[in-house]
Amino acid sequence: MADTNPIKQFEIHEVAPLEIAGLNLAFTNSAFFMLLATVSVTLLMALATNKRALVPGRGQSIAEILYGFVADMVRSSAGNEGLRFFPFVFTLFIFILAGNMFGMFPYLPLPIPGVDNHGFTITSHIIVTLTLSMMVMAIVVGFGVYKNGFKFLKLFVPAGVPPILYIIVTPIEVISFLSRPISLSVRLFANMLAGHILLKVFAGFIVMLGAAGAAWGIVGILPFAMVIGLTALEFLVAFLQAYVFAILTCIYLNDALHPAH
Amino acid sequence: MTLIALMNLAVTAAEEAGGGEHEASGAFPPFDPTYFASQIFWLLITFAALYLLMSRWILPRIGGIIEERRDRIADDLDAAQQISAEADQTRSAYEQALADARARAHNLAAEAKAAMDREIADETAEVDAEIAAKSAEAEKTLADARAKALAEVRNIAAPTAAEAANRIGGLAVTEKDADQAIKALESR
Repeated sequence: MADTNPIKQFEIHEVAPLEIAGLNLAFTNSAFFMLLATVSVTLLMALATNKRALVPGRGQSIAEILYGFVADMVRSSAGNEGLRFFPFVFTLFIFILAGNMFGMFPYLPLPIPGVDNHGFTITSHIIVTLTLSMMVMAIVVGFGVYKNGFKFLKLFVPAGVPPILYIIVTPIEVISFLSRPISLSVRLFANMLAGHILLKVFAGFIVMLGAAGAAWGIVGILPFAMVIGLTALEFLVAFLQAYVFAILTCIYLNDALHPAH
Repeated sequence: MTLIALMNLAVTAAEEAGGGEHEASGAFPPFDPTYFASQIFWLLITFAALYLLMSRWILPRIGGIIEERRDRIADDLDAAQQISAEADQTRSAYEQALADARARAHNLAAEAKAAMDREIADETAEVDAEIAAKSAEAEKTLADARAKALAEVRNIAAPTAAEAANRIGGLAVTEKDADQAIKALESR
């Protein structure tokens, strides 16, 4: 009987072993999909803008729309000063988007030795999303202190509040600041994880019903329709979560640029 | 190196929390710490590579393309504005020339009319004077003729009267008498 375990898609396999300073840094299918995201995004963007056409073609239009989309996002939530972080936010957005989109392949036969055929969603691992969000927080705190010095702590002392209320407001602000990396990473991770589990659970129903024999195979149309709907929904979530991650990054960067809000 | 040390620490902590399991057997893969270090390591490498490629190569290129297009559009708009201004200038010059020509034509017509009027007036005056002169001459001739005729009438009046009186009235009236009688009539 076919393997219908919905957790199997999250398993990590070693492709090439690597150990540095006692750490297992093996090249895995996860690393392969990260590399795939980087290489394919770079190639697609380079190819699309290769002609530098005054009147853009289809590919160049998409590249320019992505550029304008992220630039507007940064400008509207972090102001013109925020544009210094535009390359970072763009990379973050496009990397997460590519990772999410490559995760939408249930089966990805690639002629590379050691890489198995099933798809893998890099953002369905908490350690990946947590690393990304810690990167954002490191930049927010690092740049915030570098630019504003001691005034960066104004972030926790919002203006226009009666002084007595600072006893309550400041701890709340501190807690909300500290929970940012957690909420940022868990949001993306949980969305991708839950979506992909749901997809494979319903896909597993089709296999189980088909294996049940007799007329049960016909009932399999129902979970199949569900999988089609969920796939469309997951494409939306894949884009939306990349967008949410990027826009929240912009909002946090705005705090680093203008701590007194 | 601090990074690797940190990652090492995280992995050992996670492994201890997970009961020291080293192989990915049974644990829920996203929470299995076996490959945490590997994932962080490769994520940092691929993300840094993508960041460098985007920030150094792709994004400046797209920005350049967009800027170039904006410049080109601005240039074209400028050129269009300039040409439009030139066209306006040409049109106003043309209108000025047209107005000038019209004014000149108007002046010429007015001058010609004035000259014509003057000439007509002159000629009319000349002709009037001539007519007046001729008329005066004619009147004079007429007056002379009448005076002469009247004088002749006077001359023949006495003999005619005497003759008429002699023949009709049978009176013996001399010319002298008649003349005297006429003179008396005239003087009355």
